[in-house]
Amino acid sequence: MSGTDKNVPAEQTPGTPGAPGNPGAPSIPGATGTPGATGAAGKPTAPSAQGNADKPGKPEKESSASQVVREIMSGSAMISVLAVVVALVIGGILIAITDTRVTTAFGYFFGDPMATLKAIWASISEAYGALWRGATYDPGARTWQGRLGIFETLTFATPLILSGLSVTLAFRVGLFNIGAKGQIILGATFAGVVGFMIELPPGIHLLAVMVAGAIGGALWGGIAGFLKAKTGAHEVIVTIMLNYIAVSLVLYLLKNQLRDPSSSNPISPRMHETAMFPLLLGPNYRLHAGLIVAILAVIVVSWLLNRSTLGFEYRAIGANPRAARTAGMLVSRGYITVMLISGALAGLAGVTQLAGTEKILDADIAGSIGFDAITVALLGRSKPWGTFFAAILFGAFKAGGTSMAINANVSIDIVAVVQSLIVLFIAAPPLIRSIFRIKEARSEGVSA
Amino acid sequence: MSIITKSETPKVADAVAVRSWKLPILLGVLAVFAVVVFVVLGPSGTATFRISQDTDAWQVPNLVVPAKAVGVLVSIICVALAYLAWRQTRDAGKIAKWVVMTFAVVFVVGMMVWIIGGTTTQNITLVGLFSGAMLITTPILFGSMSGVLSERAGVVNIAIEGQLLAGAFTAALVASITGNAYVGLFAAAVAGVLVSVLLALFSIKYVVNQIIVGVVLNVLVSGLTGFLFEKIMKTKVDGLTIYNQPAHLPNISIPLLSEIPIIGPTLFRQSIIGYFMLILVVALWFGLFRTRWGLRVRAVGEHPKAADTVGINVNRTRVLNVLAGGAVAGIGGAYFTLVAVSSFSKDMTGGLGFIALAALIFGRWNPIGAALAALLFGVAGNLQSILSLAGTPIDGQFLAMLPYALTILAVSGFVGRALAPAADGEPYIKE
Repeated sequence: MSGTDKNVPAEQTPGTPGAPGNPGAPSIPGATGTPGATGAAGKPTAPSAQGNADKPGKPEKESSASQVVREIMSGSAMISVLAVVVALVIGGILIAITDTRVTTAFGYFFGDPMATLKAIWASISEAYGALWRGATYDPGARTWQGRLGIFETLTFATPLILSGLSVTLAFRVGLFNIGAKGQIILGATFAGVVGFMIELPPGIHLLAVMVAGAIGGALWGGIAGFLKAKTGAHEVIVTIMLNYIAVSLVLYLLKNQLRDPSSSNPISPRMHETAMFPLLLGPNYRLHAGLIVAILAVIVVSWLLNRSTLGFEYRAIGANPRAARTAGMLVSRGYITVMLISGALAGLAGVTQLAGTEKILDADIAGSIGFDAITVALLGRSKPWGTFFAAILFGAFKAGGTSMAINANVSIDIVAVVQSLIVLFIAAPPLIRSIFRIKEARSEGVSA
Repeated sequence: MSIITKSETPKVADAVAVRSWKLPILLGVLAVFAVVVFVVLGPSGTATFRISQDTDAWQVPNLVVPAKAVGVLVSIICVALAYLAWRQTRDAGKIAKWVVMTFAVVFVVGMMVWIIGGTTTQNITLVGLFSGAMLITTPILFGSMSGVLSERAGVVNIAIEGQLLAGAFTAALVASITGNAYVGLFAAAVAGVLVSVLLALFSIKYVVNQIIVGVVLNVLVSGLTGFLFEKIMKTKVDGLTIYNQPAHLPNISIPLLSEIPIIGPTLFRQSIIGYFMLILVVALWFGLFRTRWGLRVRAVGEHPKAADTVGINVNRTRVLNVLAGGAVAGIGGAYFTLVAVSSFSKDMTGGLGFIALAALIFGRWNPIGAALAALLFGVAGNLQSILSLAGTPIDGQFLAMLPYALTILAVSGFVGRALAPAADGEPYIKE
């Protein structure tokens, strides 16, 4: 109660944007806008151009076609692709200069410069070749599992899609959900309790596990949303702190109530068979039905954001919370509900991780998914389908990274380097533009 | 005049009328907790605090306290203070500072006695507790000073973790190659600055969201150090990992001061990093709040437009502060590999950068406050590792949660109000 009272003076003074009521709200849409703004500048023009094209006929159609070309060449899609390319190049340089073959060949560079170049080529092509084969198809592998890495890619992508959606959704309301990690852990913990402590008939059991996981994640995300709405506590800080609290909490539970009595490690018993996602491609591949849940979630979130009233409210709040409030929208309710949904999505990511891939709950169930989710959402430019494809790309990096570590002896950490560089470059389009001397599309888009 | 004052009076009254009940409620809950846990569930044994080490010049006798009696006493004081806080809120609208401070101190003492009285060993060396805590406090403190520097100028620094890690890695590598720990220390500062260069470049020049940059830089540094660790540091030459055997910074004892009980061994038997830390906290506090430089930095962080209007170069101030913060955090990172342990390992900062962020917020963006918060978090962390060895009434995991839970309480206004500099996180684009 007193929290809402406190918000009033803060929001009435326009000069204090950092006041508790809205520290993140005005800053984040504006600044996230750097990736988002290009999308926003491109997007409204596209439907309007199409609208024109439907009615009058040829000339406008051409302009819409050239619009598409321009969009691809200088717009966000091209920037994303170039960002990936530049990041891979930098990663390649790192791989080459730390390779002993390259450094020894460089020792006699002036005697035989071609040897150095050959060594560099060998080093990079070996590493990225292994990455590619591990993520897609490897004709040389001995087993079928090894040969079709594409399914491993999709397995890794599944939790990334869901948690990426979680970050994306919160983004659109102007909230920065760094707490996917905690929400995944809580989701997995709730799912685990239902999954290995309770016996239920098949079908219903899996459904119950998913509901429990969503509730767990929603609870954890909801805390941040509630505190943001009622006290103005910055969601970035609250979610970071909740991540660590979640790790400690699950460790405590795994040492006591949830511990597998037959193990000396803090891990849970195995999930019941009825609580697990069915495997999609038989026992040889890890790919499970969680992927279908993830794809359904993309469709639902896409509908929610673009077609529903609630989504309109969310986007309005994200664009300008003050204007949304003036228009009669309940901004604080928006913050709470979006964090509940966002948390539920991350919780579902935890469910797919536990009931699909890991089968046993441990404190590291979230792995790096929580932070990867942020990079996925950024690469996907905070759009549901963009997030979907970004998640598949990062899933491929994960699947391929493992094969690269084994076959080319390049540490999987290089994947983290490449991923973070991609996001940095995408977040700063002017940088990529200046590297490739691309003309800025934004002014054209606005005038068109 | 009189008319104006009259018209303003109700406003003031309104402002006073907005009283927050959060703090009295929190104190009340804690007081009830004290009564239930310290008295009803309290241990009946004694708790022994060893104050002197055997090697100390001045021997101070051990402090032996009956746990139950202390629990009763602590609970009575807590309940009284909570009642006082409630009355003050009702009558005056706000609580005197000393009430909260005393409550906190008394509660922590009660907690310590309860924990130690309940352990099987039932005694604890205070020196060990505090000097062990310094192992955790030092990096946290350097990290939070990095945060103070950049956030006071209006740049959110989530990349503290990355700066610490870069410092730790570089210090280990350079100190191993040169065989000189001081060169390693310098290199660590440079590495921290390099991370800051990226932070400044992307957040100030390219106006990318500062939180995004920070999060991504952490991943980048973790990946980069992890990759180079595998590639370089694990390479064995003649069976030795020669690139991961850094020279150590020696401990320097200050003659008289190091003999003071508890404080001496904790603060005055340290490496050069530790002394630098003490100077840094005081210097930063003085610099920020008592000098022209500090006024300018704070102006840039609170109201960049106004600062620009009076001729302060906003973005240059921000860049310089972010770079300085990077150097500070880099040195803090060097503490891991040059003092605390003797080699680098992957992701060895283990989230201390985020605790530093918590300390920064809990200390309300004030160097002294952040330092005290870092000390509190360090003690909690060390207590956790001590307690994991002895059977205790409280699980170590709950102590591990403490810094984070306190920070959430602080940002949501239960423990005073932690307010960031007004323009923190807002890029400044000159019109």
